[in-house]
Amino acid sequence: MRPDLEIIQNWITPKSRVLDLGCGDGSLLNYLKLKKNVNGIGLEINADDIQSCIAKGVNVIEQNIDEGLTNFQSNSFDTVLLAQTLQASSKPDLLIDEILRIGEHGIITFPNFGNWKSRLSLASNGRMPVSKFMPHNWYDTPNIHFCTVKDFNDLCVEKNVRILARTVVDSQHQGNWAMKAWPNFLGEIAIYHITKNS
Amino acid sequence: MSRQFPSDNVGIVKPQTVHFDEELTLRSGKSLNGFDLVFETYGELNSSKSNAILICHALSGDHHAAGYHSESDAKSDAKSGWWDNCIGPGKAIDTNLFFVVSLNNLGGCAGSTGPASIDPATGKYFGPDFPVVTVRDWVNSQAMLSDKLGIQKWAAVVGGSLGGMQVMRWAISYPERIEHAVCIAAAPKLSAQNIAFNEVARQSITNDANFHGGRYLDANTYPKQGLMLARMVGHITYLSDSAMGSKFGKNSTLFDPNGDKFGRDLRSGTLSFGFDVDFQVESYLQYQGERFSENFDANTYLLMTKALDYFDPAIDFDGDLSQAFEQASCKFLIMSFSTDWRFPPARSREIVEHLLKAKKDVAYLEIEADQGHDSFLLPIPRYIDGLRSYLARVFKELSSDAA
Repeated sequence: MRPDLEIIQNWITPKSRVLDLGCGDGSLLNYLKLKKNVNGIGLEINADDIQSCIAKGVNVIEQNIDEGLTNFQSNSFDTVLLAQTLQASSKPDLLIDEILRIGEHGIITFPNFGNWKSRLSLASNGRMPVSKFMPHNWYDTPNIHFCTVKDFNDLCVEKNVRILARTVVDSQHQGNWAMKAWPNFLGEIAIYHITKNS
Repeated sequence: MSRQFPSDNVGIVKPQTVHFDEELTLRSGKSLNGFDLVFETYGELNSSKSNAILICHALSGDHHAAGYHSESDAKSDAKSGWWDNCIGPGKAIDTNLFFVVSLNNLGGCAGSTGPASIDPATGKYFGPDFPVVTVRDWVNSQAMLSDKLGIQKWAAVVGGSLGGMQVMRWAISYPERIEHAVCIAAAPKLSAQNIAFNEVARQSITNDANFHGGRYLDANTYPKQGLMLARMVGHITYLSDSAMGSKFGKNSTLFDPNGDKFGRDLRSGTLSFGFDVDFQVESYLQYQGERFSENFDANTYLLMTKALDYFDPAIDFDGDLSQAFEQASCKFLIMSFSTDWRFPPARSREIVEHLLKAKKDVAYLEIEADQGHDSFLLPIPRYIDGLRSYLARVFKELSSDAA
């Protein structure tokens, strides 16, 4: 299992209800079902991924997150998960509202644009960074809303969202003490566990 | 010489008839004192009788869902089962794995007791005296058929359109008898527009001079024009604008030799400047209507449209569909087609929304397809693959349960 998913699954309680926004081929939901008896629903728009979910017996709904989540009731899930999709959503701030309307907890992962490689690439080349990790050109990238760890922290404060846990890892999904100390500079992927401030 | 069937065709099938002596009380309060159901089966029932799939037919369907009835029928594809695209060895509904049962519903005209049957009490055709049957009544009679076949629980109940409505009714009324519900191109209830189209169909039948208040068989005739018209209207709602455009727009050159094809192929290449058929779509609809009118009973058509109009499983739960679905204990696969304007994807999404509210297991596919409502009958790759994968998983569950 991908190490970021390994971190995520630690935050999910057995037998809880999980909504996975952009569930891909359903690997995580399938794992959570088998290992934690989790009752999961996944949203996906990629036809091949949907097909994989169906073959696995994962509950998958063909639905575009950007077209709204109004069909999901408030407080109907324990955890709503958004892995590597925030930066591709049309309205990330409203999406976070929706995540915490539908779920008690949210787990959000995104690529940290404040990472030193992005900074160096932009500073030295004067061009939008293109890497193995973020392979798209500026004009055809699905990632339209990049942010940094600091930006995300600010948004959480502004929205009165409580951060239960945060961890950053590199593109191999490994973390270390240095990343803990300078997450916005060294972390390539940020993983947040959030909830509403009561 | 006998025809060699493709390896994925079920081949020659023989319909069976089962008679029920029991009285069946209907939703309307009326009852039927004994009735027949005609059905076909494909594949083998396993020893634990756990691999059975029930197929529910739509408005004009019947029990003949796959294969052919005779060697001579096999010469024409028109006489193959209505869901031959999906049912057969190695097909999405795989008869190598499952025992598939398909019946003609009560009130039908393909062998099960219906308006064109003889009423044993009078010795005459039931005609208009045949009671109005609902989706609920059909499902109750299908449960009686399950008992006769010794099938305690269906591995899956599968249906498209009106068939999908029967699937939902099964899930709600018989939660202990269904493991998976596969509901394709359906709606939780008809819209006013849907009912309006049905009413046009009914009016065209009942206003035909040969309808005789529904006793046309006693008068040795039938309301051909009315039935044709009903089918023509229905058929338009089964196709999409774009599907009609591509079907009837291949050779359109007369009006604008260099322009776009507008789906306006002419029948004879020249305009008549009269009121006869000019465009191919007109003759196509007339042909479809005519063929249908020769094979379908008008009273059955009236009944089927009423069953559609009346369907609303939320009615027992103060209009709350999610409460209705809370009764269910099966898992659901819901599918819709992008250009279906009879039961558009929004109607399937309604079903999904209420299933989620009821915290049921559900998978939902919205298939991009050009062919409108009829898509559910056609070999559209993504649709077929989705159905196949889902049922393969159903079979896998069966096998692991048995182990």
